[in-house]
Amino acid sequence: MLNEYYPLVVISMIAIALGFFVVLLGSILGPRRPTQHKGQPYESGMIPYGPGTRRISVRYYLVAVLFILFDIEVVFFLPWAVAFRKLGVSGFILMVIFAVILEIAFVYAWKKGALEWE
Amino acid sequence: MGIPVSYYLVLSAIMFVIGILGVLLRRNALVTFMSLEMMFNAANLIFVTFAAYYRVLTGQIFVFFVMTVAAAEVAVGLALMVAIFRTKHSIDLDQMSSLKG
Amino acid sequence: MNLSDYYAITPLVFLVCWAIFLLLVDLWIPAGRKGITALLSAAGLLIALVLVLRSGEQVLTAFEGSVVVDGFSVFLSVLFLVSALAGIALAHDYLQRLGLERGEYYPLLLISTSGMMLMTYAYDLIEVFLALELLSIPLYILAGFSRLNLESEEASLKYFLLGAFSSGFVLYGVGLVFAATGYTDFPGIAKAAQNGSLNPTLFLIGAGLVLTGFGFKSALVPFHMWSPDVYQGAPSPVTAFMSVGAKAAGFAALLRVFVVVFPGMSVNLTPLLWALAALTMFVGNIVALVQSNIKRLLAYSSIAHSGYLLMAFVPYGNASVRSDAIAGMLFYLAAYCLTTFGAWAVVIALEKAEGKGLELEDYAGLGHRYPFLAATMTIFLLSFTGVPLTLGFWGKFYLFSTAVEGGFWQLALIGLLTSLISAYYYLRVVVIMYMRPGTPQVQRNFWPLLTSGVGALAVVILGIAPGVLLNLAVSALLKGL
Repeated sequence: MLNEYYPLVVISMIAIALGFFVVLLGSILGPRRPTQHKGQPYESGMIPYGPGTRRISVRYYLVAVLFILFDIEVVFFLPWAVAFRKLGVSGFILMVIFAVILEIAFVYAWKKGALEWE
Repeated sequence: MGIPVSYYLVLSAIMFVIGILGVLLRRNALVTFMSLEMMFNAANLIFVTFAAYYRVLTGQIFVFFVMTVAAAEVAVGLALMVAIFRTKHSIDLDQMSSLKG
Repeated sequence: MNLSDYYAITPLVFLVCWAIFLLLVDLWIPAGRKGITALLSAAGLLIALVLVLRSGEQVLTAFEGSVVVDGFSVFLSVLFLVSALAGIALAHDYLQRLGLERGEYYPLLLISTSGMMLMTYAYDLIEVFLALELLSIPLYILAGFSRLNLESEEASLKYFLLGAFSSGFVLYGVGLVFAATGYTDFPGIAKAAQNGSLNPTLFLIGAGLVLTGFGFKSALVPFHMWSPDVYQGAPSPVTAFMSVGAKAAGFAALLRVFVVVFPGMSVNLTPLLWALAALTMFVGNIVALVQSNIKRLLAYSSIAHSGYLLMAFVPYGNASVRSDAIAGMLFYLAAYCLTTFGAWAVVIALEKAEGKGLELEDYAGLGHRYPFLAATMTIFLLSFTGVPLTLGFWGKFYLFSTAVEGGFWQLALIGLLTSLISAYYYLRVVVIMYMRPGTPQVQRNFWPLLTSGVGALAVVILGIAPGVLLNLAVSALLKGL
């Protein structure tokens, strides 16, 4: 069965080789005229400020926590969606109950102010 | 399936042991936490493997539940760590020593 | 899947719905009036209690055999619901006094209780795992309920890390059992074990890992390290609830899993269980001798009681004593529940803000200033020790006698010996209360006093007539496990 992976191996070899080749070519042939602006770290076009290893606000964690909780529901929605016709009305009712519980959690988080940044 | 089931079993055992060692040896609560997730995923690997091996769905359903539970644990764990970090400015487990006797 | 499935688990469904409803309602209850939430959750627990008792002694099977509601589950469900009621009675004033009043306490308690109930219904390893998590995750949060108090937060994190660690063991063990047999439901695994159509090595390792995981949960030595710290750091009402509910649920799961699923494995496991029980009794009681903080003392005492409970579990492969031993365990659990809540109610009445009022010296003079509290505390401590004619004595008596019947007289001897050791540290508290002069400060509040009063009354009455409770425990097991 490893034969199935053979083309994959070939294509990744080619991709890696091509990548190296292009970078190498650029460094050999390209002109080199460094200025102060070019030497700055790239921050999506913004003018960079502060050190690169800045601490991240703790609020990101809270948002991440909420994201994980509401994200994982897909695990249950997806199989239901795939077998939607087979499960019929009873499946639909159960999923509605599931969604209602999630919505209550959402209302709770909202009302507690967890979704506000400040 | 060309790969023998025992390979999966060995891989999952290795993951489980790495997880245990991580929990026991690492002192940063976040890393400990990741090791716990590794233990959970070792079990998930077993479930998926043997669900395919026995051709039953129970194993795969189990994995769904484990993922959900793990997410719930992540939420609680991260919230706890944030709370501790706010009070104490460290999540080093060796410094958790206000309870001794 | 049809409605009769839901009929079988009505109490559980009701409790979960009620908890969610309370979580929502609580958002609109103003901060100073969380007593309303407490009352509502107590009402929900009472309704659930009625629903549990309604099903009586019939055995209901639901969800294609993955849920079984029998006498065993009803007995333990009642125990859990009563614990939750006590947990609420102890909490309300305590939370207010320590400035921790937040309405989430009550829904979390209810959800944890429903996890414990699900544990007793579970007839499938998937459900055992889910129930374990459903009962543990709210407890992690409750342990850290005292925010900005570092002890509570550390206790919570420790409990969380160790709890998740033990869940990992249980989960991996379940995975190996599934790998060995191809089933996760109890009858399927039991059948595969009988036919011998399984991989014995994986099966044995799996069972061992499940045992280890639940050993962590029930704080058996050598997996007990977390429990004194957690019990000390967590808010006292939570500790009381945790030390009864989580422990009983852990034992319930162990019983169900091992008696139904792994009966053939008793040859391998009995020596191991024997050693665990003996070790737990010794370590718990001996370390308790040197404790000066009442919360830590009760924590080690609770570890020691795990050892006694495990004793009932040792002869589980022997069918002739098994049901007597399990009935003894149920009896002991009920006795332990009443006594523990009573003792914690007294601790809570004496506890002041910031962990003050928890040293044994703070109990000096209690006997003269507050004779009622001192008398109830004395009753509980005597019952913990197992002094004859208290409820605790009968609990130990049944456990030890079934151990002897099962041929484990050495274990019963160890139990007797360690009970004698335990008399020292329990009675020391009594001596401090009555013999030493002091001016203890007590927070007079109706609910903790009521809890300790009711607990003391129950311990005394059932101590005089233990047959009532024993009959309940025995009839719970009439239909088997």
